[in-house]
Amino acid sequence: MAETPNDLIPVTVLTGYLGAGKTTLLNRILTENHGRKYAVVINEFGELGVDNDLVVDTDEEVFEMNNGCICCTVRGDLIRIVSGLMKRRDKFDGIIIETTGLANPAPVAQTFFVDEDVKARTRLDAIVTVVDAKHLPARLADSHEAEDQIAFADVIVLNKIDLVTPEELDAVEARIKSINRHAIIHRTQRASVAIDQVLNRGAFDLGRILEFEPDFLDGDDDHEHNEDIASLSFQVDKPIDPEKFNAWIGALLQEQGPDLLRTKGILAYANEPRRFAFQAVHMIADGDFISDWKAGEAQVSRLVFIGRNLNRPKLRRGFEGCVVD
Amino acid sequence: MSQTEKKADFLIDTRGEQRALDAFVVAARFSRDGKTLAFALGDGTVRLVVVANPTGEWRSTPVHDGAALSFAAGTGGDDFISGGDDGKLRRITAGGETSDLAGFGMKWVEQLASHALDKGKGLIAAGVGKAVHLFDETGKKLKEWTHPSSVTGLTFDTKGKRVAASHYNGATLWFVAAKTDTPRKLEWKGSHIALAMHPEGDSVVTAMQENSLHGWRLPEGQHMRMSGYPSKTTSLSFSKGGKWLASSGADSMVLWPFFGGGPMGKAPIELAGGDGINCTQVAANPKEDIVAGGFEDGLVVVADIGSSRVLPIVPPGNGPVTALAWSADGTCLAVGTETGFAGIVDFTKRQV
Repeated sequence: MAETPNDLIPVTVLTGYLGAGKTTLLNRILTENHGRKYAVVINEFGELGVDNDLVVDTDEEVFEMNNGCICCTVRGDLIRIVSGLMKRRDKFDGIIIETTGLANPAPVAQTFFVDEDVKARTRLDAIVTVVDAKHLPARLADSHEAEDQIAFADVIVLNKIDLVTPEELDAVEARIKSINRHAIIHRTQRASVAIDQVLNRGAFDLGRILEFEPDFLDGDDDHEHNEDIASLSFQVDKPIDPEKFNAWIGALLQEQGPDLLRTKGILAYANEPRRFAFQAVHMIADGDFISDWKAGEAQVSRLVFIGRNLNRPKLRRGFEGCVVD
Repeated sequence: MSQTEKKADFLIDTRGEQRALDAFVVAARFSRDGKTLAFALGDGTVRLVVVANPTGEWRSTPVHDGAALSFAAGTGGDDFISGGDDGKLRRITAGGETSDLAGFGMKWVEQLASHALDKGKGLIAAGVGKAVHLFDETGKKLKEWTHPSSVTGLTFDTKGKRVAASHYNGATLWFVAAKTDTPRKLEWKGSHIALAMHPEGDSVVTAMQENSLHGWRLPEGQHMRMSGYPSKTTSLSFSKGGKWLASSGADSMVLWPFFGGGPMGKAPIELAGGDGINCTQVAANPKEDIVAGGFEDGLVVVADIGSSRVLPIVPPGNGPVTALAWSADGTCLAVGTETGFAGIVDFTKRQV
């Protein structure tokens, strides 16, 4: 009895540095009258003040997997918590997971790819990163985590914009875009963003996000990266040979997985009416057929990499080498 | 083939009683005197069934403000102990009276084990986060043991002298009566998610995140690895005398031989398999070499280990089986599923 995607519980991951406004956003989500109930997983060291019937207090337990994959880590506590929450499935509509300020988002995201039980019950809806417009430049300068949190984000809440000048704000937004061009950015004060811009986004469901934002994977790459992390996107017009693609991407993720924070794409396989959605977090990949190509729509395959040490010509040649002969 | 004929093939229709409880069945347990069966549910209630009169009222008692997460027979003859996501550890009598044993604030009480001693005395171990709290039968705290990560499995040995707890990177064996707590550490890298102890107390087995089992032969600490599962094992049960270890996680019940040098170098036997539906629960009968298995589609069977003969008990269609328990005399089997189906089957009763 497979569950349809609509039965899967949406999970929103809330990341961001201490003081950026995560708790403010969380309280806004919980108190706003949207008629939905959320189970909230907070960490022990979180800024308290969240009032909800379904608050689960946890220690972030990052476990390595014994699967020969050096960067494959999961949140062991989340696997248990999801299983526990399933016992009262009728009491909530979604799950929100707040991470500690210093958390690397990879283990949380990977948990939703790697654990079969979690995967069978939930879908990762979006990674939402709250950043502080004033302090972000300093955070980026002194920590890897701040940069990773931006790189992983589907949605970025650029908060505390009242504390900076319009010029500073533009500069900080440009900085964010140089790390992750594919996240949707909301400028806010006191984390005031429409809840539907944060929750139930389906940002990990490429099929859905492409319906709303067909240009999501498009765009010109900024070649002037100063940041350590960059995002690159590629496009090929000829149909893809699935075997070639799997061989290439498999080897690439194996070899460069630790550098590749997120990889996502839509592929046009030869003789296949459906679009194939591919995504990976580090070495952990997942893919599925989604909706059909529309009549008259150009069947173009697109792939985005967000990561470190990306070699554009090599990646382009590799992707282009996956087309059918 | 008529519907009635088809249904009559399942034992629950002729020798059992079934109810729709409308909440996730977290666990089923028989009281130590065998007179009461209790189902702990995801809506925080416990349903109490008089074993001699299963067609009568199944009394509903509210126990937790939230869901029950862990459940055990009590230390007395007729009581039960329940741990919830409301941070409460509570006792429930056969009559439906509840009382608090301990509270842990916001922390979930995810693991629970109990052991009955003579003269109404007993021990209760509760796993809350990284800690195991040991209580006597009155709820008086005797010890608190901490682990490097959250406790995922908990059991007393048959004599109640040791407590085994599984966690990340292994398991820990604590001695209940020790004056100073120097535990025996059983180490194996990785995430251990369930635990069982051999009835003779000479082996500890855990289930691992990577779809395999790991074991330690005591006292020398020799490692045992049992692999080949397509999914995670969440349910482990040793058969009478510890001859076999039954496990979930495959499309059959997988039984490893713990005799004749096994399980090392021996193949397991697989019972009631072949239809591609995952086994989610196993429960070995305490008196005979038979084992009950529950599957993801709601099917429950009982299999004879010697002959591999399979007896269908509950038909598919009630959601994944989440609870299975035998009465101590091995005559009654209790069943519960994720969708709130619950039943009891009496194997002694003559077919009417």
